[in-house]
Amino acid sequence: MMSRLANNQSVVWAIVLIAVLIALPAVVPRYWVYFAGILGINIIAVHGLNIMTGYTGLLSLGHAAFVGVGAYTVALSQSKLGLPFYLAIPFAGIVAAIMGVAFGLPSLRIRGLYLVIATLAAQFLLNFVFVHWQSVTNGDAGLTVQPATIFGYPLNNETRAYYLILFCDVALTLFAINVIRSRVGRAFIAVRERDRTAEVLGVRIVWYKFVAFALGSFYAGVAGALLAYFNQFVNPEQFGLVLSVFFLSAVIVGGMGSTLGAVLGAVFMTLLPEFLRGGGLAIGGALGFDIASILVPLRETVFGFLIIGFLILEPRGLAQLWKRAQQKFLTPRIAADSSAVGRTRVGTEQPKRSQGSHNGETS
Amino acid sequence: MNPILLFAEYSAVGIAAGGIYALIALGTVVIFKSSQTFNFAMGEMMMLSAYFFYTAAVTFAYGPFVGVVAALIGSVVVALVIERFALRPMMGRPFIAIVMVTFGIGSIIRGLVGIIWGPNDLQSPAILSRAPVMLGSLFIPGKTARAFAIAVLIVGALIVFLRYSRAGIALRAAAADQITAYSMGIDVRRVIAFTWVIAAITGCISGILMANVNSLTPNLGLVALNVLAVIILGGMNSIGGVLVAGLIIGWLESVTGFLLGTEYREITPYVLALLILLVRPSGLFGTAEIERI
Amino acid sequence: MRQRTRHGLVVLKVEGIHLAFGGLRALSGVSVHAERGRITSIIGPNGAGKTSLFNVISGFYKPQQGTVTLDGQPITHMRPSERACAGMSRTFQNIALFHGMSVLDNIKLGAHTNLKSGVFSAGFRLPGTRREERALSAAIQRDIVGLLELDTVQHHYVEDLPYGVQKRVELARALAMRPKILLLDEPVAGMNAEEKREMSRFVLNVRRDWNTTVLLIEHDMGMVMAISDHIVVLSFGKPIAAGTPNEVRVNPDVIKAYLGTGDEAGAVVATAE
Repeated sequence: MMSRLANNQSVVWAIVLIAVLIALPAVVPRYWVYFAGILGINIIAVHGLNIMTGYTGLLSLGHAAFVGVGAYTVALSQSKLGLPFYLAIPFAGIVAAIMGVAFGLPSLRIRGLYLVIATLAAQFLLNFVFVHWQSVTNGDAGLTVQPATIFGYPLNNETRAYYLILFCDVALTLFAINVIRSRVGRAFIAVRERDRTAEVLGVRIVWYKFVAFALGSFYAGVAGALLAYFNQFVNPEQFGLVLSVFFLSAVIVGGMGSTLGAVLGAVFMTLLPEFLRGGGLAIGGALGFDIASILVPLRETVFGFLIIGFLILEPRGLAQLWKRAQQKFLTPRIAADSSAVGRTRVGTEQPKRSQGSHNGETS
Repeated sequence: MNPILLFAEYSAVGIAAGGIYALIALGTVVIFKSSQTFNFAMGEMMMLSAYFFYTAAVTFAYGPFVGVVAALIGSVVVALVIERFALRPMMGRPFIAIVMVTFGIGSIIRGLVGIIWGPNDLQSPAILSRAPVMLGSLFIPGKTARAFAIAVLIVGALIVFLRYSRAGIALRAAAADQITAYSMGIDVRRVIAFTWVIAAITGCISGILMANVNSLTPNLGLVALNVLAVIILGGMNSIGGVLVAGLIIGWLESVTGFLLGTEYREITPYVLALLILLVRPSGLFGTAEIERI
Repeated sequence: MRQRTRHGLVVLKVEGIHLAFGGLRALSGVSVHAERGRITSIIGPNGAGKTSLFNVISGFYKPQQGTVTLDGQPITHMRPSERACAGMSRTFQNIALFHGMSVLDNIKLGAHTNLKSGVFSAGFRLPGTRREERALSAAIQRDIVGLLELDTVQHHYVEDLPYGVQKRVELARALAMRPKILLLDEPVAGMNAEEKREMSRFVLNVRRDWNTTVLLIEHDMGMVMAISDHIVVLSFGKPIAAGTPNEVRVNPDVIKAYLGTGDEAGAVVATAE
């Protein structure tokens, strides 16, 4: 429901937001910059899962493992191949995409449930490899990663790495929006909604599932690559099933099948543990018991309730709530704009043409 | 020690574990067959039952017998609550949404258990004798052998029950064609609730057995993910298939551990699952229609 | 690229279709010819096999015997998506619109086979993609939205729209590819009299403006008799009559097949008078 006016407004808002993000490290404490960097990485990963799961309906429980593949690829391509970051990052994405397809391909031709199981298996298998292939991955101890360098200038603190992440975020978000708004994006949704109908209209279902899965895994790989440069270390603990569920929750909470939703969901889920900890400590302190010991299970419980709550009550997620809030605040201005055809109340159509035009042909 | 004998022992233990896998798988398959819902919270339901058992038997000191009964009742209640309040509102929604709801339920249960009972290992009261069972000169750990016997007994009984009883026939009718089943007077919603009750029972028994064989922790439910391979191998909608599949997977798991080292045991079910998906997704006994794209 | 050759008058040739499910014979020796620019209807009492026939033509069922040819090109063994590339388009009995997409996006999806953009050209918004999308939007606005009176709802999500409008959107979607043949599966099912008249008008307008070849299944005798150029009657999977509406409505076999099915018998008999 976009009138041209609303579209230009979105662009303006986006530019303002990017300007704010660029200025951010200068005005906020270092912890916030670190946090923003992690958030940026999460956003990219959630975009990827949103493309697979939200738009195309391919449920993946192994997304974190592919993020891990990206991270390890960067660490290894740095130490073994000496690749600079601008090659290592896309390379990590490609390797993750190949891995993703390797695990997912057999299941793309059949029922979606098998893909869920295959990605779950991928999650455990890759984690196993990360831990046990000691010679390559250095097992539980993990690998260290040297910071990315641009023309010899090392991105060796959070702020510098943050800008790299910000750049990738903007680029990848734009790419995702472009894909979604195109013939490919329409095909994704069609595959999710009614695959047989889509076939009849010429959409090759297996091909688009493959593309969605590869693209989503690519995003995961890039997220992992950025994580490796940001933290400057990689170890198996970072990429467990818990993280896969985290990403999935972000997609659901944000609103499946919405690029804005992916961003909102990532923000919400990244902030959530902080709020839980802060709020929990406050409540726990006031009531006099130790909340620290139950933070982890508490987080799991809250995740679970969020997933179920949003799925049952607001399947279109935060993106929908956002849109509704937008309409409430922007409608008075747009109502004055005559090009706002979309605002017509549903169910009231144009008055029918006079019956005189039915010249007896159809009675 | 004689390697062949050792191999045989590992095989026997593996098969015994497989019996319990079959029991866990049965609950999931029964739900899937009737409502096409894959219950990813099965492991957590198992684990919760084991905690109910512990609480009744130890914390309140009512002893193991009352513990089992209390656990059964508790599990059934929880299952019915889940079915009624989390899954019925989701009927008609795309299956990935339903799967994610079951995942969410699993998260909630795991979290609540962690909050209420804490993350530490608890010692479950011994209801299985530890006296080892000897098959010829094969030494089989007592608990495992007895758990196997109980599990197989229950699986067998349930398979027979579901094949020949009216409830079982209603289940298969609803599984085959919901609309026709409705028109023949079968209340499909009650059938679905009934499958959740069965899953609650199998989950409860297998949870208690596992807590006895191993120890009681909130991670007990993770074994249910191992069982995915069993479910696929058996064929997702084949109730009879779970027993054979369970024994096979259990055996393969143990033998892999024997041949390659214990750390490979944990990964075997997942590798097997992927192989089965590659070669024959409908498993040994599933019908091809469950594959269709 | 779709062939634009005109192989004579018959656009869709369905010959000698035999279809059986296990022991159940759904279709026995059914042949249908859809002539260029004409509206051909397939009618018959419930269970006659009409939808099975459509599913064979669409490519969902493989017939045990028989062939389907589109504009001279044999398509019997083509997958449904390949048939779309060959120029076949279809609507569905129970509305099969894609929820979560607007009316316009649903319509654009109909033209999927006419476009070429892949992930990379789309993601980087290359000039080729931009041109394609602009041309498509313009063509849809010009040729379809006005024709089917969807101006006011084009930006709405389809799931929010009333039934009759959704049916029209489905028709619009099927038209977006400029099909060689348009299959309509019960286009007026569930509509009231006024909506039926409207839909009939739209189908006729499409035929008039685009010379589209139409093959439709329908139960509503009024609509069928009014707009069809040619009718094929099926009963229990066998063809029992074929001809113009006037020929079919007085055909004794047809009347016999419908007798005992209540309204439709009345409708056939009524239109015969």
